[in-house]
Amino acid sequence: MANRFHRLTLARHRRLLDSHTRYYASQAALASTPVRRLNVPIEFGSTPLLHHTAKTLSKTPGLPSSGASSRLNLFQAVNAALRTALAASDRVLCFGEDVAFGGVFRCTAGLQDEFGKLRVFNTPLTEQGIVGAAIGAAAEGRKPVVEIQFADYVFPAFDQIVNEAAKFRYREGETGANLGGLVIRMPCGGVGHGALYHTQSPEALFCHVPGFRVVMPRSPSQAKGLLLSAILESKDPVIFMEPKILYRAAVEEVPDEAYTLPLSKAEVIKTGADLTIISYGRPLYMCAAAIEAAEKDRPGLSVELVDLRTIYPWDRQTVIESVVKTGRAIVVHESMVNFGVGAEIAATVQEAGFLRLKAPVKRIAGLTTHTGLAYEKYVLPDVARIYDGILATVDY
Amino acid sequence: MRARIFSHARRGLTRPKHRSPPALRSVQHPGIRAGSSLSQRPDAQFLAFPGAVKSAFTSSLKFSVPNEYPAMETYRAVDQHGEVVDRSFTPDLSDDKVVRIYKNMLLISTMDMIMFDAQRQGRISFYMVSAGEEALTVGSASVLEKGDVVFCQYREQGVFVERGFGLDEFMNQLFANNKDPGRGRNMPVHYGSAALNIHTISSPLATQLPQAAGAAYALKMQRAIDPSIPPRVVVAYFGEGAASEGDFHAALNIAATRSCPAIYICRNNGYAISTPTLDQYRGDGIASRGIGYGIETIRVDGNDIWAVREATKKARELALQDGGKPVLIEAMTYRVSHHSTSDDSFAYRAKVEVEDWKRRDNPIARLRKWMEAKGIWSDAKEKESRESIRRDVLKAFSEAEKVQKPPIRYMFEDVYEEMTPELKEQMAELKDHLEKYPGEYELAEFEGGRDSLNP
Ligand SMILES: Cc1ncc(C[n+]2csc(CCOP(=O)(O)OP(=O)(O)O)c2C)c(N)n1
Ligand SMILES: [Mg+2]
Repeated sequence: MANRFHRLTLARHRRLLDSHTRYYASQAALASTPVRRLNVPIEFGSTPLLHHTAKTLSKTPGLPSSGASSRLNLFQAVNAALRTALAASDRVLCFGEDVAFGGVFRCTAGLQDEFGKLRVFNTPLTEQGIVGAAIGAAAEGRKPVVEIQFADYVFPAFDQIVNEAAKFRYREGETGANLGGLVIRMPCGGVGHGALYHTQSPEALFCHVPGFRVVMPRSPSQAKGLLLSAILESKDPVIFMEPKILYRAAVEEVPDEAYTLPLSKAEVIKTGADLTIISYGRPLYMCAAAIEAAEKDRPGLSVELVDLRTIYPWDRQTVIESVVKTGRAIVVHESMVNFGVGAEIAATVQEAGFLRLKAPVKRIAGLTTHTGLAYEKYVLPDVARIYDGILATVDY
Repeated sequence: MRARIFSHARRGLTRPKHRSPPALRSVQHPGIRAGSSLSQRPDAQFLAFPGAVKSAFTSSLKFSVPNEYPAMETYRAVDQHGEVVDRSFTPDLSDDKVVRIYKNMLLISTMDMIMFDAQRQGRISFYMVSAGEEALTVGSASVLEKGDVVFCQYREQGVFVERGFGLDEFMNQLFANNKDPGRGRNMPVHYGSAALNIHTISSPLATQLPQAAGAAYALKMQRAIDPSIPPRVVVAYFGEGAASEGDFHAALNIAATRSCPAIYICRNNGYAISTPTLDQYRGDGIASRGIGYGIETIRVDGNDIWAVREATKKARELALQDGGKPVLIEAMTYRVSHHSTSDDSFAYRAKVEVEDWKRRDNPIARLRKWMEAKGIWSDAKEKESRESIRRDVLKAFSEAEKVQKPPIRYMFEDVYEEMTPELKEQMAELKDHLEKYPGEYELAEFEGGRDSLNP
């Protein structure tokens, strides 16, 4: 034991020294090239995370690849999923603030015209009312898919979520009553100018209470498949968080037919040997860009990228297997680092794979503050921070 | 188990009617008010239920049907033609003061148009205009005292102007620059002012309403302890949409039960983003709810600045009577504009609806007609005022636009009174990172650049 400890410290020292010398070398290189290289706008038109043509659909497990597909952005894909679900089951209802005219992000556009005012409607402006009514409707066999206008405004409904919906099945016991089919959708995350109340990503708060499946898609094709799973197949209530910056930015080929993608199953986006990055939602695009830069700068380096898709209950097996293979892990998310998703993953990974780890599990996440209007760029993770984290972790 | 509980309850029901249950009788001892007992004199016409003390018995089984009650009336002093309709009304302002108030209405209307366009040009990130609601905000604020404490929703720039918020202060907030007292943290239009006793606006709807009750209770306690302090009230503004939140109901009830000197002013402008009032409530507006909570309530024509002033003046008096009590004002108006720069209202309402409304009634035009009839205003004065206001707005605009952003350090400050060790560490890491990757960030826009992150 003592011996191993000694060996580890020595190894660590050597690596620290190494990384320092490299640090100064790269400093010099950077000083001579002051142009922006990492924190450039994400190229949604060419990112490897989206299906720019139907040809790549077959590479994502679970996506139908033989039929027709359409180019959709994220809000259109959500809309397509809702339309498919409303058509597939007359138990599906859609309601929330401003839902009738299509919602402030257009996710429910056209649905009232198509499915009628009994199934798609505006509610008064009360989140606790919306979620409470959804719970009651689900308890009586409907599949209510409700919209909270912004994740920042879900908190009036917290009692209904934490004390009611999350505990519903457990409390009912042998009555068998449950809330399968209840889906609470909400746009979340930063857009650059949302400040304190149009930026938050409160997934960690939901994950702390078992009972819900907490899902966050990164792309239109994912959104459609995961949302259809949540509405039509899940026997548990689902919180479905939609990164609102992607509503228009992320465009890809989405299969036209109805399909589902499994909940609580991660997707390995890219395989690699030296490091695993675990993320979900919008930061995945930054991870992909940072990985590309790091792999270019460090020939031979290969980084694995895992999209959790469902944040809780999460796919521990896929993540642990990946980290045990690579020996290094970074978790990236927008929401605050303190008591966040990264903390849970880091703890789980080190419990399961301590002896295989070559570096501490790193968290690159929102800083422990609020997202003030002028400071968002510095609070949330960006490509440069992820790039730096990759090098720091492999050089540890 | 369930069956047994049920039958037990039924056994309770078969007790002789005039005998109160023993458990309740036993709590009748000195110090507990009569309202909490079920005792009654024989042959009384009223039974003093603990929850409804003055309800007469009736032998007719009849439900109260909301539609059978007349809608609560809407008070107006001056109609849309600028003509006085309340015979008892006499303006309590000198001509100069009327003109000053009118110019404040013009000012927010002008600023709104300029800033809406500025957002369209990408100069600021967001804006909300208050077109159509100028009388409501300017008028109500014009009868408050400086010491009164105000909570706003977001469409109350008229309240800020009327209380003395300068154009420079508006602009500094809108540009989130280094002179913004909100330290560049809030979205545009989330103003606040310590000097004017207006708490900083918070986006989550209706949260300010129970806070206003508590703040009013604080003012009441303050005066109970030190009667030499002048009496003050709290005023809280909110939309009819926000009134659907649980916080609204919590607020009115707690304000009523704790006798809080709070004036709740609802701007009922017909819409909450796209949601029309028909989807928002089915009762008689927001005013009828005040009655339900035992709160003195009035509905006014929100486009009649005189009516708003008279109602708010009276509300302030009431709020300070009997040791304090809440008052509810529902001011009826119309949201002429889009909800915000993020909204296109013609996706959910017809353009003609808006045009018709604008032609029918406009709070600024109404006061102008009144002033013209009185001979204190003219086309020439109108033109001159509009031009000088426009110049002032543009000047404040270009000055604020030039000011640097606040120190980037402010992103870490005020989370706690003192920065935690964790935050200090994050600040140091950020500084290291910015030094390591100087080309990736534009720190020059922040006052002091990277150096503000020094420990
Ligand atoms: C708790 C909460 N839910 C939703 C929102 C999003 N939202 C912002 S303004 C608004 C409509 C408010 O309407 P109303 O209270 O009538 O005020 P108005 O805009 O008409 O002045 C909504 C739904 C919010 N800010 N807070
Ligand atoms: Mg409204």
